[in-house]
Amino acid sequence: MSEELVWRIAGGSGDGIDSTSQNFTKALMRSGLHVFTHRHYPSRIRGGHTYVEIRASPEPVRSRGDGYNFLLALGDSFARNPQEEAYYGTEEIKPLTENLDDLREGGVIVYDEGLIDVEDVPDFEARVEENDWHVYPLDLRSLAREKGREVMRNTAGVGATGALLEYDLGHIEDLMADAMSGEVLETNLEILEAAYQQVDDLEFSHDLRMPEGSHDSEQVLLSGSNAIAYGALDEGCRFISGYPMTPWTEVFTLMAQHLPEVGGISEQVEDEIAAAALALGASHAGVKAMSGSSGGGFALMSEPLGLAEMTETPVVLVEAMRAGPSTGMPTKPEQADLEHVLYTSQGDSNRVVLAPGNVREAYEQTRTAFQLAYDYQLPAIVLYDQKLSGELRNVDESFFDREPNADLGATLSEDEIAEAAHHASGKFQRFKHDPGENGVSPRSLPGQKGGRFLATGNEHTPEGHISEDPDNRVAQLERRMRKLEAIREELDGREESHQTLHAPVEDADYGILTFGSQQGTVEEAVDRLAADGHSVKSLGVSEMMPLAEAEVTAFLESVEEALVVEMNGSAQFRGLIQKELGRFGPKMNSLLKYNGNPFEPAEVVEGFETIVDGDEPAPTTRFVPAAGD
Amino acid sequence: MSAFNAIGEEREVERDEYTPGIEPQATWCPGCGDFGVLKALKGAMADLGKDPEEILLATGIGCSGKLSSYFESYGLHTIHGRALPIARAAKLANPDLEVVAAGGDGDGYGIGGNHFMHTARENHDMTYIVFNNEIFGLTKGQTSPTSPKGHKSKTQPHGSAKSPIRPLSLALTSGASYVARTAAVNPNQAQEILVEAIEHDGFAHIDFLTQCPTWNKDAKQYVPYIDVQQDDDYEFDVSDREEAARMMQKTEASLYEGEVLTGRFYHEADRPSYGEEKRQVGEMPDEPLAERYHDDDYEWERSYDLLDAHK
Ligand SMILES: Cc1ncc(C[n+]2csc(CCOP(=O)(O)OP(=O)(O)O)c2C)c(N)n1
Ligand code: SF4
Repeated sequence: MSEELVWRIAGGSGDGIDSTSQNFTKALMRSGLHVFTHRHYPSRIRGGHTYVEIRASPEPVRSRGDGYNFLLALGDSFARNPQEEAYYGTEEIKPLTENLDDLREGGVIVYDEGLIDVEDVPDFEARVEENDWHVYPLDLRSLAREKGREVMRNTAGVGATGALLEYDLGHIEDLMADAMSGEVLETNLEILEAAYQQVDDLEFSHDLRMPEGSHDSEQVLLSGSNAIAYGALDEGCRFISGYPMTPWTEVFTLMAQHLPEVGGISEQVEDEIAAAALALGASHAGVKAMSGSSGGGFALMSEPLGLAEMTETPVVLVEAMRAGPSTGMPTKPEQADLEHVLYTSQGDSNRVVLAPGNVREAYEQTRTAFQLAYDYQLPAIVLYDQKLSGELRNVDESFFDREPNADLGATLSEDEIAEAAHHASGKFQRFKHDPGENGVSPRSLPGQKGGRFLATGNEHTPEGHISEDPDNRVAQLERRMRKLEAIREELDGREESHQTLHAPVEDADYGILTFGSQQGTVEEAVDRLAADGHSVKSLGVSEMMPLAEAEVTAFLESVEEALVVEMNGSAQFRGLIQKELGRFGPKMNSLLKYNGNPFEPAEVVEGFETIVDGDEPAPTTRFVPAAGD
Repeated sequence: MSAFNAIGEEREVERDEYTPGIEPQATWCPGCGDFGVLKALKGAMADLGKDPEEILLATGIGCSGKLSSYFESYGLHTIHGRALPIARAAKLANPDLEVVAAGGDGDGYGIGGNHFMHTARENHDMTYIVFNNEIFGLTKGQTSPTSPKGHKSKTQPHGSAKSPIRPLSLALTSGASYVARTAAVNPNQAQEILVEAIEHDGFAHIDFLTQCPTWNKDAKQYVPYIDVQQDDDYEFDVSDREEAARMMQKTEASLYEGEVLTGRFYHEADRPSYGEEKRQVGEMPDEPLAERYHDDDYEWERSYDLLDAHK
């Protein structure tokens, strides 16, 4: 097996790092490699240090992995004061100072000597020697400036990368031709070629080469946010309302772009209260609708969310978590909104919460969220985070070959309304006390003959009239709660589980539990631990409400001890298990991380060794031992 | 499923068809102005021959919000201040619905003020009735955004230091294409204005003066009003923004001193509604979106093809 490539491009935000890396990721995918990208960027529009990492391998890639082996350090052109050409502190050299810690032994460094002076980088020479790094200084800035414009330094960097890795840049050229034309295209191609040549003429001291591609089926490159948007579109969602907030905006903008093309409606509105309210109104009128936000915006949605529960209006809300509380760290991932999403809004919660663990699950579970919302007439929330939102992964195109679903769920036609037994009282009983096992009273839609009713956020009778009658209250509340039990049963009975069990060792003694975006990282850690002879398996949980009780119980019963991995400071997922299952306290240790960066497999490995061998956990994480026995 | 084919067909409708088997006396106090709104709305809908099943009445929270309980149609009794965003999405999803939204002055001008401004700006095709009794009724008599300066209540016992909001001017400057003020004590005018507002193709805002005998005995809502359309002293062009603004200022000042003017203050007949504008820029389908889910022959566009951009 050829060695995997983990390519990191670093520079200032606004320097075109994102677009360059996206193109390169796509080119690698087209060469038959499996890819995974990780974005790290500050809350700043221009300047400030940023990097994107692309992991490419002949094997499917599940996470960013630990560290990387190729650095393209561009320098931060926005760090310079345009008037005086003076530097703002050390920002200019950050692409080297900030990134070296994670560069693997024997790794390759290409840096832009037009912008970076290694004299300013502390201990550079010594570290290079110590780690056996292979360094290629290139004046990318001048090269780009001579042939075209300075901002095209990125292209020069990619050309240099190609030469150093003996990688044919044909796919990059194709992608450039798709995206630009005329002089801009020509200049870029020229710069690409010139940089390639310049490096090709050098003596190489490193062994790293581009790995061989392995797949030849058609692939698409999607982020978690892309996958949610396409899941919604494929499921027949034709209405979205929103207000921008990072990183939810990525779902919103893609939907806003495509909804009109497929005959739908997109609305950017005055605030998140309105956004959720509009989705509710559209759904009430008979359209599949969605809204969403990130932490603070979702907080504003809590009242409409409660209204959807009380009026039994189907709606899908997306919550893209980032580090909080309040505006927190806008561009950094965290999983600390779990409790917020489970319990926000007054009264007894009556909603579905699904937390996809990767790009494919983001697509599938968005579809499931719509199905459950419309079949059971309640809000369904897709909970994910900034990490999954931005990471790109290749998915086989055949995975998406499904028909849009126009089924509105438990909704009656006019003929059915006329026949409905509900009609016995002379009025349509929209909120019939006892409609059957699953608690769902089929709805009519405004405009339909014979289906008139009042939908109200107050407690109400079967016809929808406001009522504080105790017997009616009990009947209605119990029926609404019954829907969740019915959903639990439906999900338990499915052929394909939403939980992802990863068990390289059968009957493993130890288990690692996680939810959402940390799934792939945990799986990779499990593989390493298993290769080291540990008896361990993992379960990535997606069904948070209703909690995947049966599977979590079976998993925890089957192991002696477990480690619950999550990105927050208060062990919210572990708390949920404890609350829902009422046991396993003595078995569950927590590994928490909340510094704004997601887990790396090595940190999970070290956390695990804390329970088995009593080692120290990684300094970036916090280990909370089991609650005792 | 042909759920919507009967919509839009005109027929005689009896006022009683808008009466559900539930009495407003259940919550509204004797002498409350809210009865007047209910009566005028029933009258206007009967005049227009609207089928109760094509009407969606969305209300907020407050005594006024109970309107949807006592008017027989498809009803949505929502949350405090949020009837407008819910209603406007329902209209976008199914433009065949006759959408009316209603709420109190606290509901519409206070907590829902932001939505009021934006719904007016977008000029959604709907009618919005604000029950203006200058007080919070349901929560027992607190100062509202339309209470006069100096108004004393349990939450502002020393008298309010705030000037009242000017709802008509606010609606006009925000972009509403129809703005009127009427009053529960003027049932004939109220009904006429409602008819006009419902027929208007755009955002029609009606500041509806209602009396609250329980908490606000001092308000002007009990005095007779001058109808600006009937009185020769007040001739002006309702389609002229500047003249409308001037007349609105008169009524807004006079609500607290002098004679109160009511009637239609602004009527911009030819401005396209928001749905129409959206349709023109290609952001809204020609046929009601909601129908698509019931049309077995409809060819659903597959987002599968959109994935090509990601290859
Ligand atoms: C978010 C929220 N805040 C406060 C309330 C309590 N509340 C109910 S009605 C009302 C005021 C109603 O006043 P107004 O809108 O003027 O209507 P009226 O009762 O006078 O018709 C308030 C504050 C609520 N239901 N929801
Ligand atoms: S409290 Fe006032 S507004 Fe409410 S019902 Fe009584 S009179 Fe009407």
